[in-house]
Amino acid sequence: MRCKKCPLQAAIKLPQHNTSYCKTCFTEFVHSQVAKAIKKQKMFSPDDRILVAVSGGKDSMALWAILLKLGYHADALYLDLGIGNYSVQSRHKVEHFNESVAQPLGSTLHIHTLAENEGAGVKELAMMLNRPTCSACGTMKRYHFNRTALEKDYDVMATGHNLDDEASRLLGNVLHWQTEFLDKQSPTLPASLDGFAKKVKPLYRLTEREMAAYSIINKISYIVDECPMSKGSKMLVYKDVLNRLEAESPGTKQVFYLKFLDKQAKEQAATQDITSQDQQRLSPCQTCGQPTSMEVCTYCKMMAKAKAPV
Amino acid sequence: MKIHLTNPTKELDIQGPMRVKQLLEQLQLTPEAYLVIRGDELVTEDEKLNDGDTIEIRSVISGG
Repeated sequence: MRCKKCPLQAAIKLPQHNTSYCKTCFTEFVHSQVAKAIKKQKMFSPDDRILVAVSGGKDSMALWAILLKLGYHADALYLDLGIGNYSVQSRHKVEHFNESVAQPLGSTLHIHTLAENEGAGVKELAMMLNRPTCSACGTMKRYHFNRTALEKDYDVMATGHNLDDEASRLLGNVLHWQTEFLDKQSPTLPASLDGFAKKVKPLYRLTEREMAAYSIINKISYIVDECPMSKGSKMLVYKDVLNRLEAESPGTKQVFYLKFLDKQAKEQAATQDITSQDQQRLSPCQTCGQPTSMEVCTYCKMMAKAKAPV
Repeated sequence: MKIHLTNPTKELDIQGPMRVKQLLEQLQLTPEAYLVIRGDELVTEDEKLNDGDTIEIRSVISGG
């Protein structure tokens, strides 16, 4: 199979775009999709300071690499969750990329270790609080990425969510008619009020397969093993269903999510935007000051319970 | 062919030669969820894999 843009041997076929690319043309394609996402969703400008949430997985590592290649000022935050060997390996991947690629380009890696700061790893915290580990993990990640972005004065926080992540989340929300969550599925969430960092998802136009291929082609070493806590996750079921549909009808995931965004943009223009909704709904947490819909935010409630004497 | 499959990890020995597309079909794997790597190079579905090749079939799906 040949590359559709040049005479070289193709490295990947992309049925949803009815094309195939060699390594160089594919890398250019990925960069152009990220650039298009940044521009179309008004994510950030060349002068902005960006904090990338990195996990050691393919998406966040590739995002950090791409933003640096495109010339952005992109630093990173790694949250060490203390999930045994999985966290040891993922931290090693992040530190290796930082030392070999990011630091020489002037980038800074911040690390927050739950065991040192919260007193235990995420699995132990979740057990203490009788909560599912993925739920406690989500709270920890949202809290610390937002807090670090604000405290260290970043203009925007970027995560490695890709098209599959967004399409499967949309499918889950639609299947359960959780329409109240649909507003938050935009690839750009504004800093709607004090205490919220602006959040963006520059990989929302690219599939998981494309991001894995980008990492392999560009020799970005990432943790291939799945998080041991994600076994049985509903998201994996939704992703599998969408990939079966994609095999039968290429482009399904793209149409599902991108058409949703078009429709959402039209409807939001006619109703209240996210900023006004958040200003009405949220107020500062009485303990830490971060925005919450309750008197005390979920993170502070969790930590109060975890530190309470038994 | 020695095949290394990820998530879950499995080692397989399959008789070649065979095209990538046939290999994925034989293993009942959805092409959108996997990449096939020979040595350290990605290969497309029409590539012929031979006995003696070292192949990795890498799952690209993450659950987070």
